[in-house]
Amino acid sequence: MSATQPAAAPVKKASFAHRLWTGEVSYEFVGRRRVWYAVSAVLLLVSILGLLVRGLELGIEFRGGSSFQVSVTNTDSTTIESYRQSVLDSGVPDLDATSVTGIGLDRIQVQTRSLDVDDQVKLRAALAQTAGVDPEAVAYQQIGASWGQQITRQAGIALVIFMLAVSILIWAYFRDGKMAISAIVCLIHDLTVTVGVYALVGFSVTPATLTGVLTILGYSLYDTVVVFDKVRENAAVLEETRMTYSEAANLAVNQCLVRSINTTVIGVLPVAALLFAGAFVLGSGPLEDIGLALFVGMIVGAYSSIFIGTPLLAQMKEREPSIKEQTERVERRRARQTKRTESWQQIEVVQAEDEAPTDQPVVPIDQPDAAPTVPIRPPTVGPEAAERRQPKRQSRADRKRSH
Amino acid sequence: MATPTPRRRHPAVPLIGFFSVIALLALIMVLSGTWTPKLGLDLRGGSTIILTASNISGSGSVDSASLEQARTIIQQRVDSLGVGEAEITTSGSNQIQVSVPNVQQDELVEMVGQTAQLAFRKVYVAQQAASGPPPGQAVALPSVPADFSDRPSQPTTTLPPVEDQAARQSLLAEQLAWAPSDQDNTDFASFQCGDSVPDVWDQPLFACLRSDVAAGGSQTKFLLGPRLIEGDLVDQAQAGMRDSLTWAVQLSFSSLGGVLFADATADLATQTSPQNQFAIVLDADVISAPSVAARIPDGSAEITGSFNQTTASNLANVLKYGALPLAFELSNVDTVSATLGADQLNAGLIAGGVGLLLVIAYSFLYYRGLGVVVVASLAVAGIVTYLLIVLLGESVGFALSLPGMAGVIVAIGVTADSFVIFFERVRDDAREGRSIRSAVETGWRKARRTIIVADTVSLLSAVILFILAIGAVKGFAFTLGLTTAVDLLIIFFFTKPLVSLLVRTDYFGLGRKGSGLEAEHLGVSPTRRPKSRRLSTVGKEQS
Repeated sequence: MSATQPAAAPVKKASFAHRLWTGEVSYEFVGRRRVWYAVSAVLLLVSILGLLVRGLELGIEFRGGSSFQVSVTNTDSTTIESYRQSVLDSGVPDLDATSVTGIGLDRIQVQTRSLDVDDQVKLRAALAQTAGVDPEAVAYQQIGASWGQQITRQAGIALVIFMLAVSILIWAYFRDGKMAISAIVCLIHDLTVTVGVYALVGFSVTPATLTGVLTILGYSLYDTVVVFDKVRENAAVLEETRMTYSEAANLAVNQCLVRSINTTVIGVLPVAALLFAGAFVLGSGPLEDIGLALFVGMIVGAYSSIFIGTPLLAQMKEREPSIKEQTERVERRRARQTKRTESWQQIEVVQAEDEAPTDQPVVPIDQPDAAPTVPIRPPTVGPEAAERRQPKRQSRADRKRSH
Repeated sequence: MATPTPRRRHPAVPLIGFFSVIALLALIMVLSGTWTPKLGLDLRGGSTIILTASNISGSGSVDSASLEQARTIIQQRVDSLGVGEAEITTSGSNQIQVSVPNVQQDELVEMVGQTAQLAFRKVYVAQQAASGPPPGQAVALPSVPADFSDRPSQPTTTLPPVEDQAARQSLLAEQLAWAPSDQDNTDFASFQCGDSVPDVWDQPLFACLRSDVAAGGSQTKFLLGPRLIEGDLVDQAQAGMRDSLTWAVQLSFSSLGGVLFADATADLATQTSPQNQFAIVLDADVISAPSVAARIPDGSAEITGSFNQTTASNLANVLKYGALPLAFELSNVDTVSATLGADQLNAGLIAGGVGLLLVIAYSFLYYRGLGVVVVASLAVAGIVTYLLIVLLGESVGFALSLPGMAGVIVAIGVTADSFVIFFERVRDDAREGRSIRSAVETGWRKARRTIIVADTVSLLSAVILFILAIGAVKGFAFTLGLTTAVDLLIIFFFTKPLVSLLVRTDYFGLGRKGSGLEAEHLGVSPTRRPKSRRLSTVGKEQS
């Protein structure tokens, strides 16, 4: 919700989004990566523990069995008890393990072992009689024993194929193996945490849940693509901006922060509506299952693309020789510059005044406003910045004067 | 870069093109006379049965020809129940899905799952079955169908292995020597077509001609001996013209089948009618009961009679595929009552409505005037999606299911995401000091890439899910993919041209109050704002 605040309350000086954009307000996503890694490590650990200790609450689709639903006027305990009694009195054997639950305010669900057709007809008639309706008004589901295995296998195949396809797609798009690896790490992270949430909270897992979880993979990747896109854009002009890769990446995350939040909020809103309708209007079913999986997954996905994906990418990138060189160059330059902060400031001001009235149609507006107390603040970055040649010219002038 | 090049198309051009396409779609819908999407059974009530086939030998894959034949046979069985609008489709490599609207028919579940079994039996008695009880016995006979459940339902001996030809031959001799007991005759007298009798290979069977049952006229009932030859010994069967006028079915047996058939026909040829007939029995129905004139030694026979092309090829198909090498397991039976269906439809509509409202509210809150663009784009996306779903229902029978609705609702977010990316890019470029009009163009070029990749990822997951998903969740993948594709169309041919048009107005183009593009809202320093605007205006005049 923090993203709406700058919009809701007119900001006097410059909006929050704008200050993020220029780097005036900057959160250390890359720099404090150890903290985020630790947070995620804990999340993953808890998820895996939850999965191992509590396990997943598998729906009837995975266990096999029969399920009946009948509309009722209320679902209090006496009603449920009367239905349980009618199940036991139906004459169908071995129904002691039957679960009778109320769904929402107006439906009773009866789940039994797998029944054959004759027993199913009997039980359905018994339930219909208790409810005072026609047997055909009793919804009925029967799941064979191997159905769950089939679904699980298909989901597993889908997962593997998706991972492969996505790795290829990301690699083809970014032409960068490290980005693909980071994106996949994010995917696995999101998947594990989402499944962990299911295990810990004890949400029931149905085929619709699996579908939702597989869809999350798309979303998780989508968030990552948006941020990496900007990282790549910033990294392309590293030379001109005199930033290290990590700084460029961190700036990218900050610049994308508002967009990431907006993207997530706008994606989550309809999902929340699904979840609402599924949970409160229907009480159960595919709407709730898909909605819940997406809801959890999208939030985890947004978190991982900001806090895990980019720091990981930066960390891996910093090991590349050319990036290493750039980082060392930047650090040497900064060591020199801190000694000459005073004179540099003067040069900056003079130069800005010199160049403003030339044929450049667009002037980087934040340049004069940028607080000069921090001399290493980058000007705007991106291909447009490169086209304007503004930062290049400054650095050339800088070099000339320093010789 | 700050000024549009003269070559650039007017933004109204793609808009007009886009609306022509929508109008065309709408016209097709009007002409087809269908106004609402075809709803899935989970939204209007009905039964869905999913059967999983497995090779009878226990391992090995299921070949698609057998699966298709099984589908045809199940289709015939369901049609014989007189269920309207039944849809029987194959899905994946080993599944058959039976969808039947209006909840009913427990026998449907029983019926579709059986493995089709074909066998040849000897006919002992063939007589007209009375459509009602005979006059004198009306009171004495029970009005409920005769109960044959006390008849043996399990074979008493096992069939010798196919390799053991001698054992098979001696068994055949035994079966041929069988004669109905008094009990069998009494039971047969009370048997009426439609009663169910267990079909056991070493037991007699009472059955009727399936074509009679389907036609509904007078019916012939048969008292049949034990199975002489199992259907899996039939090697080939095909329909062909015997001469220019009569159709016939040629069939050939495997080598063992040929030997048995020779033995059987040798015996039958000596009998008098009707005991010189053998019955081709499929699923306890007599498909055909040809008579035998002479021993047929070489394992290939020809059945003639009053065939036309259809009946001849049907019989050939039954002979060829009747005993499928497939066993079916009832994987999933889902019966949704009409009220539950209506509830689910309502819930889906509520979810869609609430989701749409939330997204629109958020867009206005954050993007102010640009919220109009979001609303217009979502509205157009909604119309296109609706038209496509209606038309797909009409043309390829796509039915909108509850997961399908979920897919559409989730896609509201995907679609709105594209606008977020676009708008944020425009605002980024405006923050860098571009005029709003030029920021729309430069921002669009950068946003375009991201949107395409994001939508590609979404489409990719939808396609993978669609191919691999089983059952109802397929609908989710389908609509998610469909709406993502629609989103791409909308953003390219509607939203972008619309924004380009809007920023030509002073209200949006100069970032007036409430437009969502005003300097303060973007965070552009107000003092610098007039300058850059002046500069960009100068630039425009120069070109």
